[in-house]
Amino acid sequence: MKSILRNTKWGSALAWALPVLFLALFYFYPLGSIVLFAVQRFIGAGAGSLQTLNLAYFWRVFSFTVYQAALSTLLTVLLGLPAAYLFARYEFRGKMLLRSLSTIPFVLPTLVVAAAFNALFGPRGWANLAAINLLGFREAPFTLTNSLTAILIAHVFYNLTIVLRLVGDVWSRLDPRLTQAARCLGATTWQAFWKVTLPLLLPAIFSASLLVFIFDFTSFGVILILGGPRYATLEVEIYYQMTALFNFPTAVLLSLIQLGCTLGLTIIYNRLSEKLTRPLPLAGQKRVLTRLSKPSHKIFAFLVISFLIAFQVLPLLALVGRSVVYAGWERGERGLTTPTLSFAAYQEIFINRRASLFYIPPIRAIAISVTYGLMTILLGLGIGLAAAWFLSRQQESVVLERLRRWLEPLILLPLGTSSVTLGLGFLLAFGKPPLDLRSSPLLIPLAHTLVAFPFIVRSLLPALRSIRPRYHQAAAVLGATPWQIARRVDLPIIGRAVLVAGVFAFGISMGEFGATALLTRPEYPTLPIAIYRFLGQPGELNYGQAMALSVLLMTITAAGMILIERFRSGEVGEF
Amino acid sequence: MTHKTFFSLWKGSAILLVFSLMVAACTSPTPAPTPTPNPFLTVMTHDSFAATETVIAAFEREHQVKVQFLKAGDVGSALNKAILAKGNPLADVFYGVDNTFLSRALAEDLFEPYASPLLKEIPIIYQLDTQNRMLPVDYGDVCLNYERNYFAEKGIQPPKNLADLIKPEYKGLLVVQNPALSSPGLAFLLTTIGVYGTEGYLDYWKKLVENDVKVVNDWETAYYSEFSVHGGTRPIVVSYSSSPPAEVIFAEAPVDQPPTGVVTEDRSCFRQIEFVGILKGTKNRTMAEKWVDFMLSKTFQEDMPLQMFVFPVNPNAQLPDEFTRFVVIPSETAQVDPQAIEQNREAWIQAWSEAVLR
Repeated sequence: MKSILRNTKWGSALAWALPVLFLALFYFYPLGSIVLFAVQRFIGAGAGSLQTLNLAYFWRVFSFTVYQAALSTLLTVLLGLPAAYLFARYEFRGKMLLRSLSTIPFVLPTLVVAAAFNALFGPRGWANLAAINLLGFREAPFTLTNSLTAILIAHVFYNLTIVLRLVGDVWSRLDPRLTQAARCLGATTWQAFWKVTLPLLLPAIFSASLLVFIFDFTSFGVILILGGPRYATLEVEIYYQMTALFNFPTAVLLSLIQLGCTLGLTIIYNRLSEKLTRPLPLAGQKRVLTRLSKPSHKIFAFLVISFLIAFQVLPLLALVGRSVVYAGWERGERGLTTPTLSFAAYQEIFINRRASLFYIPPIRAIAISVTYGLMTILLGLGIGLAAAWFLSRQQESVVLERLRRWLEPLILLPLGTSSVTLGLGFLLAFGKPPLDLRSSPLLIPLAHTLVAFPFIVRSLLPALRSIRPRYHQAAAVLGATPWQIARRVDLPIIGRAVLVAGVFAFGISMGEFGATALLTRPEYPTLPIAIYRFLGQPGELNYGQAMALSVLLMTITAAGMILIERFRSGEVGEF
Repeated sequence: MTHKTFFSLWKGSAILLVFSLMVAACTSPTPAPTPTPNPFLTVMTHDSFAATETVIAAFEREHQVKVQFLKAGDVGSALNKAILAKGNPLADVFYGVDNTFLSRALAEDLFEPYASPLLKEIPIIYQLDTQNRMLPVDYGDVCLNYERNYFAEKGIQPPKNLADLIKPEYKGLLVVQNPALSSPGLAFLLTTIGVYGTEGYLDYWKKLVENDVKVVNDWETAYYSEFSVHGGTRPIVVSYSSSPPAEVIFAEAPVDQPPTGVVTEDRSCFRQIEFVGILKGTKNRTMAEKWVDFMLSKTFQEDMPLQMFVFPVNPNAQLPDEFTRFVVIPSETAQVDPQAIEQNREAWIQAWSEAVLR
């Protein structure tokens, strides 16, 4: 018994050291470098460099940032819960496809999402064309850009899958006998949900809300492109201060404020979640899933599925449509247009017509993107599993327990950090010895892992925490070593969460643009980089090629996710 | 409990690993066959940089050097990158600073002077840095573009200058970019300052607002989502004078006329001049000089128009057919002193925001 304890201690120390080393090297070191640089600039330039920050203006930006993030999060959670329930409790045809499709938005670069929304709701999007040509509207009824509505819709579009996956995962493993017992004791369906299900789900809901909130709080592309110039978040202001005014002190100060908010929020969350989390009675998937038999269930499923299709899938389909249909505006028809079907853009992406040095063969961009994605999965799961395993259990040693409390809020920090600040920090830190990584192709998967890390840990934690200590004790009593316990007890239970984490890691890597654009080398372009290159030039065919590549990005990401989810077939019903 | 779960997970990871190694093996570039590696020259630039493969290869062959390109987002981000690495530069040469960023780049003391012999071929009006730390390479004119068909069908004249845009017949037709975040957006703001002066430009903008101007944050949204030639409804957009030839070259089906026209009269365009400079602290000064000479030479200058849709500053360079046919070079552009831009950029943008976005 004693030797096991000692082993656990060492194992825990190792599990703690791995993520800490990773964060220290690839997060705190670059962040520290840029802060130091800003301080030097501040001393060099004098106090004047901070004067550009007008307090009233700052307050307006700050409160808008919080306001839109809170509103977006609330909407995302409210809309995500019914879908999570449907996926957790019912078996129906096309479930896996729908789940994979609704994950795609999460990984799309913002310009692609903007293009998808434009294809659907733009002045000449499908919705408006239909309204004008079929319903007889004189003017386009939908205007989406430059509004708060656009921001909210885009944020829900992006982040619904976080709720769907994180909450859905826990929900699917809640033992239905609990609610059944409550019902037997006379509770109504609502009472059973309110008193039994919801309290058990709360940790997962909080976890998902926190991620969604931080995502929306640091939102950049959505605000920039869909929100328009009247709306600015802290992140947009940081970008402006940094790249237009070269005001490093102000930009870094704003980044630190943003970071402080994330940290504060995470600490509050951790306090809260420790009170709420309790080991969950587990159930196998098969036992939980029922077929849609009752009419009321069918209606519910129909509503949720329609919502998901309309909201998550339709914009994607509109984008696919836009990539092959040319409405022929330039030929002068207005109002009623004669759309023509053309695959010219798809052919064109394979041709280096201008013999450009920077031409990107699509296959190469795909290969590079997928390679980065897989490297992110391996790196992220390796470090993430260690971190989540360590965080999930109270440590017996006082020192380790204190370290555990320290580590938890740090995990989320990369997500709350301004990407332009961190990207420049990367350049500053890894552009010179001792760690000269500037020509290393590893730099990008490392950056992707950093972005994906919070998601990986958050996906794993609820599952790991739900493991009853009794199982460990039982296994230990039967003579299992800690390693055996991890292998034979923990891993089977968290198998599905590992897959969810893998999906996030892969998806985030496939779609990441901000850090990639700063750190990439022209020889190793990813798909999003290739898409942006085409979007930056005038001409129908350039736009078409950007759309074609976006469709490719979507397809490959979806294929990757379905493949990852396939691995899970062995797990169903085993426990 | 069975081990099946565990095995399937392991199997999955093993497949992933093997697959990723395979992909990595496929994508890793084949090693160069030359036994002695060429020295490297590193050029730092923005995302829009492009060149013909053979043109660069010819330079590499002639000088026995391998040219590497470092790209970092837009000009602002790329310049940030250079500022961060000051003294220990990431590259030998920086290309892409334009006249709106020129004074800032010079104030940051990033560049070494180099009086290229080719400067004598280049008109003095482009040589904005008298100490030759930054040498002009190309220019592009930010001008109003309009949809030809729209104005032909409505039977109204396309706008001729800035003053036309505030007339009632052009109400609700214009889309522009936010000068705080977009380079053509800033250029258009500077055009209005060049034409109406620092006292008058805000009044002009207020009239534009009354005439229902639409402001978006970036060129992509303005051009592809709002401009009526593509996904939008507004037939006038701020873009480049070289956009029409791009519309011809990148047309979905061959066309003999661009769908767009450009307004070039009465100083209604702003000229962005792009510069190249040798980064201070380079260990490759001789080769860097050769690269700068190369960028100013006829070969490279003639390659630029169809790769980057900009104009060569070297008058000896011939313009391609598409450019001579579809581009009008404005005889006079709006003028704003680079020093004044550097000093007032923030104040102008702030005043603009107050006037236009509130």
